[in-house]
Amino acid sequence: MQEAEPDRIETQEYLVNMGPQHPSTHGVLRLLLKLEGEIVHHVDPHIGYIHSGIEKMCESLTYPQIPYLTDRMDYLSAHMNEEVVCLCIENALGVEVPDRVKYIRTIFSELQRLASHQLWWCVMGMDLGALTTFFYGLRDREKILDIFEETCGARLTLHYSIPGGLMFDIHPNFQKRVHDFLNYFRKKLPEYDQLLTGNVIFQERTRGIGIFPKEAVINYGVTGPSGRASGFSCDVRKHLPYSAYPFVSFQEALDDRGDTLARYQVRIKEMWESMSIIEQLIDNIPEGDVQVKMKGVVKLPEGEYFQRVESARGDFGVFIISDGKKSPYRLKFRSPGFSNLSALHAMSKGWKIADLVAIMSSLDLVIPDIDR
Amino acid sequence: MSPEELNAHIQSLEPAAVVVMGKQFPEVMVPEDQLRYLARELKENPSTAFDYLICLTGADFDDHMKVIYHLESTVHRNILVLKTRTLSRINPVLPTVSDIWRTAEFHEREVFDLLGIRFKGHPDMRRLFLSDEWGFPLRKDYVDEVRIVDR
Repeated sequence: MQEAEPDRIETQEYLVNMGPQHPSTHGVLRLLLKLEGEIVHHVDPHIGYIHSGIEKMCESLTYPQIPYLTDRMDYLSAHMNEEVVCLCIENALGVEVPDRVKYIRTIFSELQRLASHQLWWCVMGMDLGALTTFFYGLRDREKILDIFEETCGARLTLHYSIPGGLMFDIHPNFQKRVHDFLNYFRKKLPEYDQLLTGNVIFQERTRGIGIFPKEAVINYGVTGPSGRASGFSCDVRKHLPYSAYPFVSFQEALDDRGDTLARYQVRIKEMWESMSIIEQLIDNIPEGDVQVKMKGVVKLPEGEYFQRVESARGDFGVFIISDGKKSPYRLKFRSPGFSNLSALHAMSKGWKIADLVAIMSSLDLVIPDIDR
Repeated sequence: MSPEELNAHIQSLEPAAVVVMGKQFPEVMVPEDQLRYLARELKENPSTAFDYLICLTGADFDDHMKVIYHLESTVHRNILVLKTRTLSRINPVLPTVSDIWRTAEFHEREVFDLLGIRFKGHPDMRRLFLSDEWGFPLRKDYVDEVRIVDR
C-alpha cells in the first residue's frame, strides 16, 4: 500500500450550487460552480427562472402596448426601456417629437440612471459585508422615486414615454424638486466615497480582482459601465446620440484598469456626469406640446428597425421586424445584462468564491433583464 | 469605409453574398456554408474590424428561419447586418460564430432554446431558459398549450 505524501494532499473538483435563492445573486440567478477548495474553476449560469416570454408576448401586442411590458424587464432602468421602444417606433414612422419631449425624456433617463446606480452602490456594499451602505443608498433613491411619483404616479414602472411623446406634461413642482434633489445629492455623493470607496477592506476586496482586458470585453459584448471600466468606449449617448443628448456636453466615464474597483469607480463618475447633464437641461426645457398626434392604430411600414439607448447597465437595443401589421412580426430585445452575464465565467475563473461575489456585484446584473 | 466600399469589399471576399442597403444599415445575406469565412474576415481584417457583435436574433419566416447578426466596428464605428438562413424546420443547423465573437455563445443558446436552431461547433448547445421537453415558442407554428400568451 502506498502512503500519501504528507505535503501533497489530493483535492478534487466538486460542484456547488450558488442560488437561485442567494442574497448576492440578486434575484433568481443560479450559478453552478465547479470548485477546487475555494478557487472557482468554472461558472455555469442557469437562468430562466423568471423567463416570462416577453418577446413572444410582444408579437401579439400592438405597438403602443409594448412599452408597458418593457418596464418589467430591467425595472431599474424602466424609463430607458420605454424610451428605446418609443424611439424605434417614432424613427420607423418618421415622427419627430417636440424638443420638450426630448428634454424631459433625457432628464428622466438620467434620474433613472442615478436611481439605478444608487441601488447598485448600496447593494454592492451589502454584498461585500458593508450593510450600512444599503440604508444610505436607499434613503437617497427614495427622493428620486418621489419625483417620479409626483409626475407620473408610479415609482418603478413609470409608463411615462409613449410612442409620439409623453403620457402627460411634467408636474409644476418638477423642476424645483429636481433642483432640490441635485443640491442634496451633490453633498451626499462625496459621502459615498468616504463611507465605502476608501475603506481598506473594500479596497482589498476589489482592487486587482477580476481584471478583464479590453479585447475580451469587446469580444464578450460587455457594455455599459462594466465595459467602459476596461477602456471600451461604448456609450451610446456619445456615439449615437438620441433625444436631448446632442444638446449637452458630458464626459464618457472611461477607465483602463478593468478590475472590480474600476467598474465601481466608473459608476460613481457616471453619477456625477448624470447630475451635470440634468443641471444643463432642467432650466432650459422648451415650451411646447408633449405629444405628437399619432394615428389610432400604429402600423410600422414593412422592414427591420434597430434602435439602441444607453440604459443604466449598458447598450440596450430593440430590433423590430415588421410585416406592416399592427403588431411586430418579431421583436428582439438586446439586453445588456444578458451579454454581461455571458462574460461572468471568463471574468471570475481562477478567483475565489468571495471574489466572484464582488465581480458579480460590479457587473450590476438585473435578472428580469436577462431572462426577459 | 463608406457603404459603397464596404459593399465592394464584401463582394470581393464572397461573391455569393448579397449586399443591399437596408433602411438603416447595409445588410449582407450570406449562404450558411460561407458564414464563418465571411464573419472571420469581417472581424479580423483591419479595414472592416467588426469586432463587436451587438445582437444576434433568430426569426421564423414559415418557409425558412433566419439568424441576424448586428455587428459594429469599435474602430470605424460602422454598423453592418449579417444574415443567414436555414430551410429545414425538422433539423435546422447553422454554423456557430461563438469562437469568433465569444458573446455569441449565450445568444446562440437563446436562439436554440426559442427557435430550435442548432449551431454546429458550439461548445455547449443546451437549452437556456426552458426545460428540455418544451417546444420552441418563437416558431410561428408553436401551439401555446398552457395559454401563457393567448388568454
